[in-house]
Amino acid sequence: MLSQLALLPVLLPLIGAPACAVLRRPTAAWAFASTVAVLAFVAAAALLQATARQGVIHYAFGGWAAPWGIEYRIDLLNAFVLLLVSGIAAVVLVASRASVWHDIAENRRTLFYVACLLCLAGWLGIAATGDAFNLFVFLEISSLATYALVACGRDRQALVAAFNYLVMGTIGATFILIGIGFIYMLTGTLNMADLAQRLPGLGESRTVFAAYAFIVVGVCLKLALFPLHLWLPGAYTQAPAIVTAYVAATATKVALYVLIRFSFSVFHLESSRLALSLEAVFISLGVVAVFAGSLVAVFASNLKRALAWSSIAQIGYMAVGVGIGTVAGVQASLIHLFNHALMKGALFLALAAIAMRVGGNELQALRGIGRRMPLTSAAIVVAGISLIGVPGTAGFISKWYLVTAALAREQWLLALLIVAGSLLTAVYIWRFVETAWLDQNPAQPATPPQEAPPLLLAGTLLLALANIYFGLDTRLPVGTAAGAAAGLLGDSAAGLLGHPPAPLPGAGAP
Amino acid sequence: MDVLSYFNYWVVVVLMMLGFFIVIARANLVKKLIGLNIFQTSVFILYISTGKVAGGAAPILTEGVTLYSNPLPHVLILTAIVVGIATTSVGLALVIRIHAAYGSVNQNDILQQDQQC
Repeated sequence: MLSQLALLPVLLPLIGAPACAVLRRPTAAWAFASTVAVLAFVAAAALLQATARQGVIHYAFGGWAAPWGIEYRIDLLNAFVLLLVSGIAAVVLVASRASVWHDIAENRRTLFYVACLLCLAGWLGIAATGDAFNLFVFLEISSLATYALVACGRDRQALVAAFNYLVMGTIGATFILIGIGFIYMLTGTLNMADLAQRLPGLGESRTVFAAYAFIVVGVCLKLALFPLHLWLPGAYTQAPAIVTAYVAATATKVALYVLIRFSFSVFHLESSRLALSLEAVFISLGVVAVFAGSLVAVFASNLKRALAWSSIAQIGYMAVGVGIGTVAGVQASLIHLFNHALMKGALFLALAAIAMRVGGNELQALRGIGRRMPLTSAAIVVAGISLIGVPGTAGFISKWYLVTAALAREQWLLALLIVAGSLLTAVYIWRFVETAWLDQNPAQPATPPQEAPPLLLAGTLLLALANIYFGLDTRLPVGTAAGAAAGLLGDSAAGLLGHPPAPLPGAGAP
Repeated sequence: MDVLSYFNYWVVVVLMMLGFFIVIARANLVKKLIGLNIFQTSVFILYISTGKVAGGAAPILTEGVTLYSNPLPHVLILTAIVVGIATTSVGLALVIRIHAAYGSVNQNDILQQDQQC
């Protein structure tokens, strides 16, 4: 019974997508897609509880036992990502109706929700599968649906942004395919748990390094880690408002999961010679991403574009956590993965509401918005201070763990840079506060308050309040991330094939 | 070591670089997609080549044959080909829409038009 539960979060949207296409009325499609997402979320929550209670859950497709068949293998990390992605998807889809009706032509709305469900199936499939090739296929399912969703933007530039995203995304996916091909040639298996056992036995083979390099470059393209981020600002800015909220809070998180899964559970980087260069690459690229992303965000004239660049900066923080490479570092990265999804979900949903009322997200047009849409603007500020990392918000928790992890490795400069990056975040959030409350719009001296539609507002507020809730009650993200990180690095440190348990500096840090 | 025995792999490398170069260097969006296809196809050939076992027969159960080639990479690539076709069709659909919106499929033209407005 429990093993079937592992299947459910993926199966629901995958079967739901073609079923949704049959529905004629867009309202029915919206209700159906939302229900599917909520059910997937419930299944994922049950799954997280089950894995926390009794460890790894396996499901072998067609009864073919792994490593011959494809298996779904849900450990704490998988369940954590499943919960996050399905949760954000459920909130965004339920809240989406008004904004989709505003952005998308009537005859396309049903298909829009079909693409949303396909996307969700892809993401959840990536997070659930235990098979490397299966992961590639799900990655492409979600990516193809995302290209179509981005192309639905109102402006013709959305088409170009979607095309660029398609070209870069496909190059990334093909790189991952090459990498998977190499490790299959070496080991004859595609099951990730099986690979994890066989790869260390090959020693320091150059093919293993090449395979890892291909996979990392491919995944970093999907993750939009600087300098492979070029598709992201265009795609996020031009996509329909709801798509940005849907994709920004989930797609890059799933890519980060893939990076962590391959780096630590499949390739055991922490115990290989490559660890040092890995550390240098991820930490330096991450820090550059933080500053480059934040600086562009500070000078952007469009709030949506500013937040897209801010996403690049936040991905930088997660890469730094991966680069630190200790249990504490990976834990910080996972906590930030969770918290950043809450922040960007709230921010982009609020922007969707503003785009409906104002007609765009240019900062110029947002003057005095704090009085016109007080609750939506308040949600932006709450999520914004969480993005900065002010104590009492979720953002503080992730920055705190990241700085602690850096200090445990005695990397003082890195800790300093992490804090300095937050100050830049404060600049562009302050620019919004200034425009929203302190600037008066001369064209419209006194417009009556005109809040967002109720469901959209409820979704925005829910995510904004989650930022505060998870800043105070940190048991879910911190506890799960701790267990997941320990599972990733602890297994390999214990030595699968006679590796001595490598002492992990900083493993004792909180 | 016989260089010719790696013939397939040389072809893979050449095709891969050609495809990659076309994607990066060409401004025409259709040519970019063609380059992307060549790039993907090279990876398909790589997989299929690895399935060959020296002296192995085609993987069909036959009396008196004990050594077979590995059919699994072929099956995997069947899936990857489907993914490739889906990608190409989405890409071409986008190109049609871009052509309708801009009247051009040249990246430089499109960039210029976007900067003007």
